[in-house]
Amino acid sequence: MEAKQNNLMVEVKNLKMYFPITRGLLRRHVADVKAVDDISFEIKKHETLGLVGESGCGKTTTGRCILRLYNPTSGNIFFAGNDISTIPERKVKPLRAQMGAIFQDPFGSLNPRQTAGSIVGDPLKVHNMATGSELENRVTELFRIVGLDPSMRDRVPHEFSGGQRQRIGVARALACSPSLVICDEPISALDVSIQAQIINLLEELQERLGLTYLFIAHDLAVVQHISDRVAVMYLGRIMELTTSEELYENPLHPYTRALLSAIPIPDPIAEKTRMRIVLKGEVPSPVNPPPGCHFHPRCSMAIADCSAARPPLRDIGNGHFVACIRV
Amino acid sequence: MTSILDVENLKTYFKTEYGLVKAVDGVSFHINQGEIIGLVGESGCGKSVSILSVMQLIQKPGEIVDGKIIFDGQDLRKYRSNGPEMRAIRGSKMTMIFQEPMTSLNPVLTICRQVTESLELHLDMDRQAARERAIELLKMVGVPDAASRVDDYPHQFSGGMRQRVMIAMALSCNPMIIFADEPTTAVDVTTQAQLLELMKDLVTRLNTSLVIVTHNLGVVARYAQRIYVMYAGRIIESGLSEDIFGHPHHPYTIGLLHSVPRLGEKHGSRKLIPIDGMPPDLINMPPTCAFLPRCTYKVERCQKEPWPALRAVGDQHYISCYVDIREK
Repeated sequence: MEAKQNNLMVEVKNLKMYFPITRGLLRRHVADVKAVDDISFEIKKHETLGLVGESGCGKTTTGRCILRLYNPTSGNIFFAGNDISTIPERKVKPLRAQMGAIFQDPFGSLNPRQTAGSIVGDPLKVHNMATGSELENRVTELFRIVGLDPSMRDRVPHEFSGGQRQRIGVARALACSPSLVICDEPISALDVSIQAQIINLLEELQERLGLTYLFIAHDLAVVQHISDRVAVMYLGRIMELTTSEELYENPLHPYTRALLSAIPIPDPIAEKTRMRIVLKGEVPSPVNPPPGCHFHPRCSMAIADCSAARPPLRDIGNGHFVACIRV
Repeated sequence: MTSILDVENLKTYFKTEYGLVKAVDGVSFHINQGEIIGLVGESGCGKSVSILSVMQLIQKPGEIVDGKIIFDGQDLRKYRSNGPEMRAIRGSKMTMIFQEPMTSLNPVLTICRQVTESLELHLDMDRQAARERAIELLKMVGVPDAASRVDDYPHQFSGGMRQRVMIAMALSCNPMIIFADEPTTAVDVTTQAQLLELMKDLVTRLNTSLVIVTHNLGVVARYAQRIYVMYAGRIIESGLSEDIFGHPHHPYTIGLLHSVPRLGEKHGSRKLIPIDGMPPDLINMPPTCAFLPRCTYKVERCQKEPWPALRAVGDQHYISCYVDIREK
């Protein structure tokens, strides 16, 4: 048990995050948006766990719960062995120094009136980790680490290109030397030819600094490229969790299969022979999700039992987890 | 096959206070009847401006400064952009599907009102006939329970459903060409698959030409027969889909294909090869090839001579590059 604990960076147990919907003057509680509905997973040290799913599946909410930007409705989150889901607000701040976050939009997540150097140095000031020349030196170092010229530190964000701006975001995330970095769609706002630059940078940094990543994205091809293991989410729940190779070679959950087949491959010859599963209908509302398995109304393999009870996420061997009673 | 749209040497410039932006700088392409074409490039490469120019939807400070646009035997540049001839073509014979169904539908009008608008305008239908046709169109694009949903407002539709409404509007007057500008960028992958299959089935059935404008190479690989790749306001490679993806010749196309992760590649088996640098500033364009600063195949000739003209490297396969690269 002890050895297992040491090997884990994050352990999420039965995490639920419900957002209440209130109505009227008395803010009567009428329903919940079940953004994250009882999920459990682990992130090992130095690994990259990918979290994929379509918009509204709860992947960002999961990331934010780990950062304690939300207080979870129920469940536990262990970070480096300590339960962080219930600790009081004042103890959260030192914790955040150990976690970095990279956000999707490099245009919206950087203050347009702050210089690049001050953006990158901010976390150090907030956490009282460096001042004066020490701060300056660390900022210079961070600029170098992410491949920016330190002489550009006095420029403001709009003077940088999209890719450079995302590098500033990466430098800021790394400022306090975190052990875990939550990457929430870090490349989806960038141009195609720039995306690879950022993916490579993240991979290099992981190797050099021994980082652990939670990589949240909707693009399965990108997630698979960067992640050791991948969790597929649908409507607040994890449907399948396994290594990237296994997920591609042996996808078991019908939703994973549909998702894989929906992703276009830039190769017309392969595309013509590839089977494509086009899902019927749309993702239901997380306020009133279907009973039993959330996916059953759109599933081609569904039987009567699928709507009866929620299928548990079970291990079918070699750490391949799947939540489906039909496999 | 008969060509229904011929664009020759199209130039669209924008006069800004920082200088002249050559958004589209000498673009030529043609579209045959019933063909699905992919127009690919990164943001700012001029792909949207090219099709907006064809539809004469360029507004000040933009201006079409040169080129020929021959559509169905008529020279569109002879018509004023809001003159009667152009208005008869636009939205009827030539239609468009926009990227964001959230913002391109009018939030205060019902779906019925918006779909019937072009029917009443172009086909002279009366209210009742137009309404029936609208319901029929919505059924065709797969809106469930169309007869009652036709009176809903856009906010009552999901993103995917809104995009279906856009497709219905684009098809309403039996167009010859549909331009789809990033039609699936704002939706999820499984919805994207639904919409693309739908569009392909419909245009094949109606023998309409479809131009898919996108930055996603994967999207066009499956559907497009021919592809044009744009960079910095020009077409740098064009050809049949199999050739572009199977034997790309231009360093930019090659770079683009190498820089995207492919599904099924083993984790850690390949490092992505990014294209260094960034797309050029369209104001201060060098007289030489605009891709030169980022190119890994450049030779001495590239530095000295102007931007290379398109040359044939195969049947229907053209590139704008001096270098001969043998890939694979």
